[in-house]
Amino acid sequence: MAQGIPFAREYGGYLANRSFGGVQVSRTFYARGQTGQQLLLGAYASLNKEIAAGTVKSYPRHEMLDLVVINGEAKGIIARNLVTGQLERFGAHAVVIATGGYGNTYFLSTNAMNSNGSAAMQCYRKGAYFANPCFAQIHPTCIPVHGDQQCKLTLMSESLRNDGRIWVPRKLEDVEKLRRHEIKASQIPEEDRDYYLERRYPAFGNLVPRDVASRAAKERCDAGFGVNETGKAVFLDFSEAINRLGHQKVAERYGNLFEMYEKITASSPWEEPMMIYPAIHYTMGGIWVDYDLGTTIPGLYAIGEANFSDHGGNRLGASALMQGLADGYFVIPVTIGDYLSHKFAEPRTDIDAPEFNEAEKAVQARIDRLFSINGTETVDSIHKELGHIMWEYVGMAREEEGLKTAIEKIKALRERFYKEVKVPGSQYEFNQELEKALRLEDFFDIGELMAYDALNRKESCGGHFRVESQTEEGEAKRDDKNFMYVAAWEYKGEGAEPELHKEPLKYEFIEVKTRNYKD
Amino acid sequence: MNFNVKVWRQLNAKAKGHFETYHIENIESDASFLEMLDILNEQLIREGKDPVSFDHDCREGICGACSLYVDGRAHGPDDHVTTCQLFMRHFKDGATITVEPWRSSAFPVIKDLVVDRRAFDTILQAGGFISVRTGSAQDANNILIGHDTAEESMDAAACIGCGACVATCKNGSAMLFVAARVSSLALLPQGRVEARKRARSMVQTMDSLGFGNCTNTRACELECPKGISVTHIARLNREYLKAKFRE
Repeated sequence: MAQGIPFAREYGGYLANRSFGGVQVSRTFYARGQTGQQLLLGAYASLNKEIAAGTVKSYPRHEMLDLVVINGEAKGIIARNLVTGQLERFGAHAVVIATGGYGNTYFLSTNAMNSNGSAAMQCYRKGAYFANPCFAQIHPTCIPVHGDQQCKLTLMSESLRNDGRIWVPRKLEDVEKLRRHEIKASQIPEEDRDYYLERRYPAFGNLVPRDVASRAAKERCDAGFGVNETGKAVFLDFSEAINRLGHQKVAERYGNLFEMYEKITASSPWEEPMMIYPAIHYTMGGIWVDYDLGTTIPGLYAIGEANFSDHGGNRLGASALMQGLADGYFVIPVTIGDYLSHKFAEPRTDIDAPEFNEAEKAVQARIDRLFSINGTETVDSIHKELGHIMWEYVGMAREEEGLKTAIEKIKALRERFYKEVKVPGSQYEFNQELEKALRLEDFFDIGELMAYDALNRKESCGGHFRVESQTEEGEAKRDDKNFMYVAAWEYKGEGAEPELHKEPLKYEFIEVKTRNYKD
Repeated sequence: MNFNVKVWRQLNAKAKGHFETYHIENIESDASFLEMLDILNEQLIREGKDPVSFDHDCREGICGACSLYVDGRAHGPDDHVTTCQLFMRHFKDGATITVEPWRSSAFPVIKDLVVDRRAFDTILQAGGFISVRTGSAQDANNILIGHDTAEESMDAAACIGCGACVATCKNGSAMLFVAARVSSLALLPQGRVEARKRARSMVQTMDSLGFGNCTNTRACELECPKGISVTHIARLNREYLKAKFRE
């Protein structure tokens, strides 16, 4: 209400509901196909209200480059003004990071291009524990990669799975013909189509949770049934829905998505099925926090996707929006007061304190080092290589050998980065290559940390699938006896293996079960 | 596909800008316009030149950052898209493509194709919100809103604040942007109470920031990536006039 968002309404005036992946009832409020964006604009409006009232000062085009810790307490940050390039100091009684997830470690993801895990990594390096880094969510309905020149994947709304049926051909010869463009998908007869989700999970069908749908697509493509030239795509077909509901009803529900798909791929979902493939979408892991959203550093708080707290091993549809709102509007305003109430007597943080000098010097050294390399490779080309390593070994299916290889390869790539990268221009100007280079340094650390965590967690759970831990039918197999804990990692220096702390999960009121999507 | 890209280069807000033309080869027709610029930048960095700065973020048409004027049109030669949703198959092989930043004195250039759009923030801070504190408001089901009203409000709420309306307007007017916010909130009961004050304050702020006036050419509606209708400008004018008569 107070954010001024026009949520969808029933004709009677009450809020309308709809269903989402992984649930079997309609329980999600929505604002067309852009609920998240509307909530963001609503939050932005609320922020503007505070700025107008003078209670918040905003600094656009600034990027945090280090956390300043004095006597074990978070007391401020070092940031770079992205327009002038100056380093600036901000002193405070407490620091809250709301800097999102680290999905862009994979280079290709559905995250916005400037999303990064750098602020979280700076906190981690200053002593905040990082929890469950290996839990990354792979979303099943993204537009497939078209070639090497691509830098961003587009998510098609999950709502499409409400009426779309997912399939690949039964016969490999049809797959060959599709790839050579000799036949169209619509020419393949019904009996030669494999609706693999409906076949494997009769109860949920096409609405199984994201991790299950993603792995099933990978399984079919690995078996050679991928339907495009790269072999990494499956069909999402609306022909049955169009026949059943009629053109108008389908257009009402998905018209804008069909249009968007056609704009990107130049193929019409009204005539031929969409092609989709899984892509990195969300990271459940993040900075470890307690119930007050406080980290292991007193005075440092992490909210939203930047922390690890709400989603366990796998996030369900719409709950990231819930977390963003709950953390920001309802939890942190109440919990941080307790900490601040003990700080009233303290004077303003002195930004000329030696800790600020040291932090700024360290940031300056990082920047100087990047400019001094003057190699021949671009930041993006190295980031793409990191992405390939991550997707190959720390992607949808992980195994011990692969994870060890990933750690080796990331270390080697980081070394090459410090020898071969070229950062053009200078610090004191608007310099997007410098911004990307600084973030890539942090992505190396995150990638490595994800691999360590994935190596340690020898079970399959949520967004993390270990090849060694599956049932005979190829489903994820948890190991609650040995792994029912939060893995919180402590930084132990550059290149050193981080230290694992276990926070056991105790369930007092519910019995832990494995969800069944088959019947 | 091969192209000649004629790009506006400007070192910073104070420097004098100029066009420079670069040749680029082997672009996939499925590549987006911004991916083409990424590839151009890779090439420039390898040649030891300064890459072209441009704003971008979501790359799926919802953040409004990619403020490029391509071949004389805001967001390029396709209707109702942002630049990131513009694909190279819309251009002829071998074409020379002209790329400029938004042209508006209210959006000064920061570097090359990057402009400073903080003027929009300032307008929104003049009243583009509901004054009730989030968390203290009553339950949303306590105040009923008709389906059609909510939908009409949503049409306007779809504004992504990209600034294409300003860039394409011969007067450099931000009326469609202001109208989208004012109209969306005026339609909802929780925004209704402040509607007049909001209209007056946002229009005054817009005027003071150097945006032009509206002369109803409807060019903004044509280029708006979200297809927001000028009927919202009519609602803004109505709210503004009502506020004026009350003064």
